[in-house]
Amino acid sequence: MATEHTWIVPATAALALALLPAVLTPYTQDLVVKIEIYAIFALSLELLVGMTGLVSLGHAAFLGIGAYVAVRASGEGGAASLLWLLPAAVLAAAAYAFFVGLLSLRTQGVYFIMVTLAFSQMAYFVFHDTAVGGGSDGIFLYAKPVLAWAGGTWVDLDDRRHLYYAVLAALAFTYALLALIRRSRFGHALAGIHGNEQRMRAAGFATYGYKLAAFVIAGALAGLAGFLLAVKDGAVNPELLSWHESGAVLLMIILGGIGSLRGAVIGAVTFTLLKEFYQSEALLGALAAHWQLTLGFTIIAFVAWLPKGLIGLAGTGAWRRGARSG
Amino acid sequence: MDLATFLVQCLNAVQYGLLLFLVASGLTLIFGIMGVINLAHGSFYMLGAYLAFSLAPLFGSQFLLMLVAGVLLSALFGFVLEWVFFSYIYQREHLQQVLMTYALILVFEEARSLLVGNDVHGVPTPSWLSGSFALGGLMSYPWYRVFASAACIVVALVLYWVVNRTRLGMMIRAGASNRDMVRGLGIDITLLYRVVFAGGVALAALAGMIAAPLSSVYPGMGGSVLIVCFVVVVIGGIGSITGALVASLLVGFVDTFGKVFFAEYSGVGVYLLMAIVLVWRPEGLMKRGY
Repeated sequence: MATEHTWIVPATAALALALLPAVLTPYTQDLVVKIEIYAIFALSLELLVGMTGLVSLGHAAFLGIGAYVAVRASGEGGAASLLWLLPAAVLAAAAYAFFVGLLSLRTQGVYFIMVTLAFSQMAYFVFHDTAVGGGSDGIFLYAKPVLAWAGGTWVDLDDRRHLYYAVLAALAFTYALLALIRRSRFGHALAGIHGNEQRMRAAGFATYGYKLAAFVIAGALAGLAGFLLAVKDGAVNPELLSWHESGAVLLMIILGGIGSLRGAVIGAVTFTLLKEFYQSEALLGALAAHWQLTLGFTIIAFVAWLPKGLIGLAGTGAWRRGARSG
Repeated sequence: MDLATFLVQCLNAVQYGLLLFLVASGLTLIFGIMGVINLAHGSFYMLGAYLAFSLAPLFGSQFLLMLVAGVLLSALFGFVLEWVFFSYIYQREHLQQVLMTYALILVFEEARSLLVGNDVHGVPTPSWLSGSFALGGLMSYPWYRVFASAACIVVALVLYWVVNRTRLGMMIRAGASNRDMVRGLGIDITLLYRVVFAGGVALAALAGMIAAPLSSVYPGMGGSVLIVCFVVVVIGGIGSITGALVASLLVGFVDTFGKVFFAEYSGVGVYLLMAIVLVWRPEGLMKRGY
């Protein structure tokens, strides 16, 4: 196994993505940005599900909170500064993750799935029913944040190209951070908890603290994705926090393959493209109106026949090759 | 708040709680026995409501007969669905079950859209239940709501009797506490699963049918009920029917009085209740009790 070269594929992919805007149409460029944001979101959940073994069905709450804070805190005046707006959004998501994690990590298995779901619904209703969230229509972002320093505007997220590179940088950061966590002592402890929490506790690890730390980091990264999504769309609505969104992101990492960072990214790409494809009237005509039906059956087929996800396909291929040669 | 208003709100809370119980009892049974997280359970509630909408013109004033027909149809539907779909996902991980039943919701919603359309419909209250009775001079309370509560109580009693006093109930209880042992004792677990699943679907659909004249029949109505029922199941303790009953009534009261006292934040109350219960008892009020 050439584990020391695992950075080559992601680095090549990042380089290719950095060169893409030269050839993309505005529509495809927007689509790539959307996919990258969802890849960040999927990666953040992978930290919980794949690395720690905590299945959360309420991850959209943190995405939504990041997005709402981005819009709410920037107000209706001029463009807010990235310097404080981005940390504010991420910290707000992390704070809610801390609160949810504190309570929900007392439970296990199915209870955990349902409790995280319920806490995300709680956040959903706060934004849906109260003046804070502007009701079911959501709110607009009046001016997209900028990074101005020493007289010049260095980053202006209203500029399509600036946004593209900001999102790409955020994705590269998230991927690198998770790859580092994975190799760290912390990451090994999480893997141990995933494998056998009882044994980790017996070995003297305070597993609750480790799980809570993973939960908060995952929430913060989801908040980052939410911030970017709000800036990209220029608006937020409560559906960002709905449990459909939580289900969709869980689906992404399953589709790609649990237990691998690449899987999460591949899953985000596949899911977003599939949805785009099934909703495309140009390609499917009248069937596009019934995209839920086609998407639903596709999901069932994927889970039934590819329980290890798309990355599992590559895995079985490599294993067969290995078996033949050796 | 005067006494009459308080009474009316109490009646509403009980009625809502009991309806929730019908849906949640099936959910908790299916989970407790088959170990399946069924996100599509809310769709069965929706199925019931749309059944009431489609069957009401056929049965006219024969409301009770319509309920019976609806229960039979939905039980049959549940039986077949278990056969062709759910029986294949018992051995899967929870994560995969979540996804497959999530996908099933998409399929059901779209099927509903194709068959009945996306409009909001009303279902008329049966004429013999349409009046209301006076309560404390100024207030009145509709007879249909009384009927809804009474019907739910009857179903709850029947369910209690079946689970605690019959041979089937014995198998259900045994299946909930130790599946492998039940299989080892030579009980046809495949059939047991199928019957329990069909029963759960029928209960949820019955709740949908009873609720149809009270609320309108609309797309996506299963989703909101599903989430509240998850809360009920978690508060009550997974697999416990008594727990589900206690939790349903608790949720009913918290939700109803939350709307009276804190209108804007009422959506949060139920989840707050769940958080408090879980801090106190991480496995619900009644762990493995019946």
